[in-house]
Amino acid sequence: MSTTTTSPPSARTGPPRRETAPPPARNGRRLRRLRALVGAAYAAPTAVMVALFFLVPLGLVVWMSFNRWPLLGKPSFNAPANYSGIAEDELLRSAAWFTVKYTVIITVLLFVVAFGLALLVQHRRPGVGFFRTAFFLPMAVGFASASLLFLGLLSDEIGPVTDLLAKIGLVDGYVSWTSGSPDSALASAVLLVLWRFAGFTMLILLTGLHAIPPDVYEAARVDGANRWQTFHRITLPLMRPTIALVLTLMTTGSLLAFDQFWILTRGGPDNSTTSLVMVIYREAFIRLDLGSAAGISVVLLAVLVVFNAIQFRVLRRRSS
Amino acid sequence: MTGVRVTGVRVQGSARWGYYVTGTALAILFLFPLVWSAFASVRTDTGFGLENYDRLFSSANGIELRHVLNSVVVSALTVGGTLFIATLGGYAFGRFRFPGRDVLFLLTLAILMVPYATILIALYVLLGWLGLEDSLIGLSLVLITFQLPFSVFMMRNSFEAVPVELEESARVDGCTSVGTLVRIMLPAVRPGLVTVGLFAFLTSWSEFFAPLILLNSTDKFTTTLAVVNMRTASHGSIDYAALEAGVVFMAVPCLLLFAAMQRSYVRGFTSGAVKG
Repeated sequence: MSTTTTSPPSARTGPPRRETAPPPARNGRRLRRLRALVGAAYAAPTAVMVALFFLVPLGLVVWMSFNRWPLLGKPSFNAPANYSGIAEDELLRSAAWFTVKYTVIITVLLFVVAFGLALLVQHRRPGVGFFRTAFFLPMAVGFASASLLFLGLLSDEIGPVTDLLAKIGLVDGYVSWTSGSPDSALASAVLLVLWRFAGFTMLILLTGLHAIPPDVYEAARVDGANRWQTFHRITLPLMRPTIALVLTLMTTGSLLAFDQFWILTRGGPDNSTTSLVMVIYREAFIRLDLGSAAGISVVLLAVLVVFNAIQFRVLRRRSS
Repeated sequence: MTGVRVTGVRVQGSARWGYYVTGTALAILFLFPLVWSAFASVRTDTGFGLENYDRLFSSANGIELRHVLNSVVVSALTVGGTLFIATLGGYAFGRFRFPGRDVLFLLTLAILMVPYATILIALYVLLGWLGLEDSLIGLSLVLITFQLPFSVFMMRNSFEAVPVELEESARVDGCTSVGTLVRIMLPAVRPGLVTVGLFAFLTSWSEFFAPLILLNSTDKFTTTLAVVNMRTASHGSIDYAALEAGVVFMAVPCLLLFAAMQRSYVRGFTSGAVKG
């Protein structure tokens, strides 16, 4: 035979040990300890960054929330004044309500739209690459830029939307979408977020869809399941981990909404689209009260951590 | 039997038309804003031209060259720093056992659970203590930190997917640990590196909230801050056309990079997300 079998590259077929090497057992242990040291060294930069720019600020924000902490000047302990102030803040209460409302709307709409897109482009067929790219492309535009884009797009001055709708006869005269009424301002922001994030969410859902083995569908078809049954009984349950991830990303992102309202609606009209993070910003850099901003941050942080922990537990229980 | 097949074909045919019509209509909807902003940025009172870009760069509170340079510096530092730290970290988590490994990995992922908008106030104070107030380096360090969960996760998966034999044969050949990493492992995890780098660039180039909080002086503004400032600083009328020019100016590098690397980006993304 002319074909030579290459020996498998494992340690056993390696060159014979030199005689000066220590006995295998001790050698192995020392090697393992050395390897652990090398591994720890490689992980050191990550550890430093996580400690310095994540754990320390996490502790600091809690500590700050117990202090009167002006932007300029010395802090002084004043617990729990920053927390008791929260309940009385009228703007904060309306911002919290608005943020929750926005989060529910975005989570439902974005999920439905993105899932629809994912189902549309899940199979390899002609044109699918173009469609996926088209849906995902808005992600290449920064979110702040996208907000400015929609500010122009929806404006009376240069935007085509009002003209288009007027031609169809749906509106007459000027419509100020981003600042005319609370509802149209909210709708503008929702439209912007759907446009910007639907493709990204679609991509995550696609990875989940593709992780379902084809023979499961085949079996369902053999059993005579129709499309709705297949989707309801097979796709949805097997997609649960991915769906949980997407829901977590969407709710967290929406609860922390800032750019879209800061840029597109300026929080108006009459503070009707002021989000929680905008209130934090206002406390810190307009009212120059970092302690109060930290207090709101800690409450928001606690809500998010509890919320995510619940979602993770649900995810784990269902997927195991 | 034949009847079933015939209806099957017919359903498939109409479904295919439905697919094309829906897909095309949606693609137009998604692409329209991008095309429109490019169009609006070159449309002038008299026709078409670059006057809007001219105003973008020359008006009193428009973009200056240093804003663009600031953006380039922040992006370069963030991409470089993220790649460096996530590669070493991913290698450590993917290939080594050491005390505290799992805790550190979980802590890194936990950054995702604590979105930075809530701790940015503390980071502002902390960077002041470190002498990094109003500094591009400080901003980059913060941006790197918040890239880490995704990047380290991604690189760990990439390193885990490399066959162990490859590394072992390098070691038998007398490669040092660093030599193995640079010469053998890095080429093997290239798709992961591209994805991590691209993501770090897209985020740092267009990030708005962190620079808004961490940078105070207009000298230090990034391009995004400067463009948004044209909107928020104007109390009277907004120069929408110049804003759209700014949007296009910000988006073009991202779109070019995206087009150049889309294939490996999507591949890296999917392989990372499916595993683990």
